[in-house]
Amino acid sequence: MSTPGDVAGEGWPLYEVFVRANRGLSHVHVGSLHAPDDDMALRNARDLYTRRNEGVSVWVARSTAITTSDPDMKGAFFESPAGKNYRHAKYYEKSAEVPHL
Amino acid sequence: MNAQPQRDAAAIAAEHQADTEAVHGDVSVDETTLSAELAGADASATASADVAEYAMRLGDDALILSQRLGWWISRAPELEEDMALGNIALDLLGHARSLLHYAGSASGRSEDDLAYWRDEPEFRCAWLFEQPNGDFAHTIARGLIASIWMQELYTALSQSTDASLAAIGAKSVKEVAYHRDHAVQWTLRLAGGTDESRRRLLVALTDLWPYTDELFRDDELHERLEGVAPRPSGLRAGFDEIWSAVLAEAEITEADFTNSKIGQSSGGGRHGNHSTHLGPLLAEMQVLARAHPGASW
Repeated sequence: MSTPGDVAGEGWPLYEVFVRANRGLSHVHVGSLHAPDDDMALRNARDLYTRRNEGVSVWVARSTAITTSDPDMKGAFFESPAGKNYRHAKYYEKSAEVPHL
Repeated sequence: MNAQPQRDAAAIAAEHQADTEAVHGDVSVDETTLSAELAGADASATASADVAEYAMRLGDDALILSQRLGWWISRAPELEEDMALGNIALDLLGHARSLLHYAGSASGRSEDDLAYWRDEPEFRCAWLFEQPNGDFAHTIARGLIASIWMQELYTALSQSTDASLAAIGAKSVKEVAYHRDHAVQWTLRLAGGTDESRRRLLVALTDLWPYTDELFRDDELHERLEGVAPRPSGLRAGFDEIWSAVLAEAEITEADFTNSKIGQSSGGGRHGNHSTHLGPLLAEMQVLARAHPGASW
């Protein structure tokens, strides 16, 4: 299975960029870019994604280092809970005997 | 009924304002004024004739280099580098605006008056900044010399007894630090890349190094501005230290690019004597403003 950025013929490898908006929040994927190496990827990310006070921390990762779910397998990955309401907490009645659950 | 469309217009304007705020946070793009951008500066400060001359020199350096770098947009080796060089050009344009705004306060001229309505002999930029972009290595070599010098300069300028110059220095130094990092990163990659990239970098350094000397020359203006403007010669030691460190890391020695046959540039930029490259640059930069005086978007 191919991963993003794993395409022959591209000049510079593809990187995925993650920005943390504030302390306490998690890094969120904001986009991708090309760069000759890891250090330049971080600098390119600064130029492309953090010019307007967006964040306090940036991560970059080679796209090829990320293994993704296959879009064609969406059903098997994400839709299997359909019809299995018992997987949700709301399925169960609260016991009157336990008021502070 | 008449009032209805007006209310709608106001509502639309308020909505637009809210959208703008949502996108740009607390920065109001349209109404950002120079004084608001410069902490500690007095917006109504008027420069003396000497200070205005000094501010014009630095403003012209930044303006001309910005105009040069803007050329790369859509032409850089990769889209990401388009953005990097474009961002650096925009930072420099911001420095130029602040400096020329202050310079113009002495003569009642705006930064636009100074940028678009002066002719070649009235510009005060050093020759380094006028030099053509050349290939990517030339742009990086020029950026390396310029950014190391500018970081030394703005660090010193932030201590100026002139509050406006100190504010401009303090704001610019952070941006210039990034410009320097960009130039250093690419210098190391070109030097340590392929034989061809290293060869081109050395050609670029050979071509541009002669223009370095002009940046460090004192003249009578600096005598009169003691404490206000750092002496150019006083920035040399700091520049040399960083320069040597970068060259060492790139495994380049000065003998690789200094060419005794070329010598130093004539260095008349501070007095309005320019290389042949400034005229065409100004023609392109100024044509729109002069063809449509007073036009706005």
